[in-house]
Amino acid sequence: MWNGVKVIVLALVVLFAALAANFGRDAAYQFHAILFAVAAAYLLIRTIKGIGEPVKEKPTGYMDDVVRAGVIATAFWGVAGFLVGVWIAFELAFPALNLGNQSWINIEPFANFGRLRPLHTSAVIFAFGGNALIATSFYIVQRTSATRLFGGNAAWFVFWGYQFFIVLAATGYLLGVTQSKEYAEPEWYIDIWLTIVWVVYLIVFLGTIFKRKEPHIYVANWFFLSFIVTIAMLHLVNNMAVPVSFLGSKSVQLFSGVQDALTQWWYGHNAVGFFLTAGFLGMMYYFVPKQAERPVYSYKLSIIHFWALIFLYIWAGPHHLHYTALPDWAQTLGMVFSVMLWMPSWGGMINGLMTLSGAWDKLRTDPILRMMVVSVGFYGMSTFEGPMMSIKAVNSLSHYTDWTIGHVHSGALGWNGMITFGALYFLTPRLWNRERLYSLRLVNWHFWLATIGIVLYASSMWVTGIMEGLMWREVDDQGFLVNAFADTTAAKLPMYVVRGTGGILYLAGALIMCFNLWKTAVGAGQPRGSMSAVPAE
Amino acid sequence: MARKPEKKETQVETTGHEWDGIEELNTPLPRWWLWTFYATIIWAIGYTIAYPAWPLISGATEGMLGYSSRADVAADIAAVDAENAPLNDTLNGLDLTEMVGHPEVGDYAFNGGKAVFQTFCIQCHGAGGQGNTGYPTLIDNDWLWGGDIENIYLTIAHGVRAEEDFDTRYSEMPAFGDILLDEEIAAAAQYVLSLSGKETDASLVADGQIVFMDNCAACHMDDGTGDQTLGAPNLTDAIWLYGDSLDAVTETIVNARFGVMPAWSAEGRLTEAQIRQVAVYVHQLGGGE
Repeated sequence: MWNGVKVIVLALVVLFAALAANFGRDAAYQFHAILFAVAAAYLLIRTIKGIGEPVKEKPTGYMDDVVRAGVIATAFWGVAGFLVGVWIAFELAFPALNLGNQSWINIEPFANFGRLRPLHTSAVIFAFGGNALIATSFYIVQRTSATRLFGGNAAWFVFWGYQFFIVLAATGYLLGVTQSKEYAEPEWYIDIWLTIVWVVYLIVFLGTIFKRKEPHIYVANWFFLSFIVTIAMLHLVNNMAVPVSFLGSKSVQLFSGVQDALTQWWYGHNAVGFFLTAGFLGMMYYFVPKQAERPVYSYKLSIIHFWALIFLYIWAGPHHLHYTALPDWAQTLGMVFSVMLWMPSWGGMINGLMTLSGAWDKLRTDPILRMMVVSVGFYGMSTFEGPMMSIKAVNSLSHYTDWTIGHVHSGALGWNGMITFGALYFLTPRLWNRERLYSLRLVNWHFWLATIGIVLYASSMWVTGIMEGLMWREVDDQGFLVNAFADTTAAKLPMYVVRGTGGILYLAGALIMCFNLWKTAVGAGQPRGSMSAVPAE
Repeated sequence: MARKPEKKETQVETTGHEWDGIEELNTPLPRWWLWTFYATIIWAIGYTIAYPAWPLISGATEGMLGYSSRADVAADIAAVDAENAPLNDTLNGLDLTEMVGHPEVGDYAFNGGKAVFQTFCIQCHGAGGQGNTGYPTLIDNDWLWGGDIENIYLTIAHGVRAEEDFDTRYSEMPAFGDILLDEEIAAAAQYVLSLSGKETDASLVADGQIVFMDNCAACHMDDGTGDQTLGAPNLTDAIWLYGDSLDAVTETIVNARFGVMPAWSAEGRLTEAQIRQVAVYVHQLGGGE
């Protein structure tokens, strides 16, 4: 019966996708329709083949296959996203790398900065970060609820559905499909697909919490739940649009002008707040105490800073629109809520760092813990820098400059990247049943490459950001502007090379990590027999 | 990885809950954290009283300080305008030929012109006025519409082939692809290139000269030196707006060109003083006559 319904639904999807591919109005839409048709046809054939086979016994225990897949996807998309990031960093320094109208190559417009930039941001935030969040939330919610994931194969649907979303979004950017909203570039049909996947994710997560065997819900799960629920709300509101045609990729936004801008930055800022902050705090609240083997520093602080964070964050978006057409009152509120957000953000840092009290000596011997601690440190630095930059007087200098780029990267590379690396190093030996990682020396290498890479990145962007901010506002004694925009870009060239170099170091660290995780998963370097036969690292 | 958990004594008790081996201490909120949080809240309330902040049914609270970002910008601009008004009046009152090097406002005009140029002109003409394919260089002695201060002023004010301005510079070269035979065009192209001493197919030059005299000389003159009143380029120098290759010249003859520059006096784009300033600046870039 269930298989019958599945066959009918999948057959209909294949049919409609094929029709859409045939009658689509633009090449990108047709290409995506073909992807839909192929994916549905594959599932259809699998379902039909499976009919009549004996029903497998319901598996018990934790559902770790999907987490393993998530670990692999996180590492893969991470490297892909870092690679594109390095490439576009050098495009800014050396425009020939846009690969258009050169004597030796012309693949315009596919490698243009305008198309690769959303590819980079979406790859690192949504593909790398998103997979890390889905994988770790599935791992953590099972452990801290002492129960298997709810919904059977629904977790697999979330995983593969999310990968499919990533492929649609990424190929769309390259083919020029975008609604031009930062971090919300995918067009309407991709948005609808993500909505379906996300609702299933919410059901799986909530269902697991409902059937938990622990009396209380662990703090990590509060953060994960707030992340899943809020992202759903942000995604729905910011992507309200009317398709020009159901057979084409283009859509028209429901809001326009400054209303659209405010909606966009309400979304954009809370994507940072709930995807990159709340979600990753969920990771932090599990992996730091586990790796340090210490109790969480303060339960009270976790409650207060959780509620303060999610209440205050949602109002801070207007600080992205200082000194624009946005009315002054909205700018004021965006600024004061951002400043009030400082301490609630630091609550997470305090709880992360102070959890180490009594275990600080481990930083000397455990590079994974060191990675997590540096991550929390960068979190603290970015969440101080953010409120500071939201103050209008500071913002009038920093806005539109590279300082903003440096700020987001010290958060993204330092906090999100490093905590994810720590989580991957924690998870891989456990998920593949290995006693230990292949090599802690390589973790150490990764740690230093990544840290130096971030320092190069952030400091070069401070220099160029403040420099170009000052150059833009420089006027002579008669009130005339001194510098042309081109003067600022010329002045920034050396620092752009430094920034790209930092990116190369960070990418190199991630490649070393992949090698290390791969060796661990296949069982290399594991102690034979008893632990005592192997000298400690 | 298989380290034994360290059991260090802590002053604080745990909450008694445990998840997958994780416990939580019942540490009170750090005082400094709490007081800093309170301080930011109090500051926020004060700030929202001082500045426009709380939305009402229509409009919003205006704040005790009466601050408005638009009024702030308007005041800044008005202050600069007021300060420069006497200089602008002097500049606008001058005969165009008196502006360059004028003892009182000459430097002022140059600096102002540079700012205008860097904002509105470098997109096409380049940051140093060096030009680009299709966009004339402004630092040499070769001028399409004249390089004295009056002509530069007129070109900036009214643009070139600018639809929005009735007084714009206007001329239109015919697309000879519809008029001449292919071999005539090929010959004319060879002749045009020979005018500036480029190596050409000598066998075609003579034929090309006949085509040129019949079709091109009316605007470009018999000797190919062009006519600035028509914006017809001088073909005898080595300066080429669209390139000096045979392909580029042939393309120009077949399809013609129709370069457009906006009329900067139209639609309130630039003020009279700004146009005079940037005319002075361009004149002093190197080629002013």
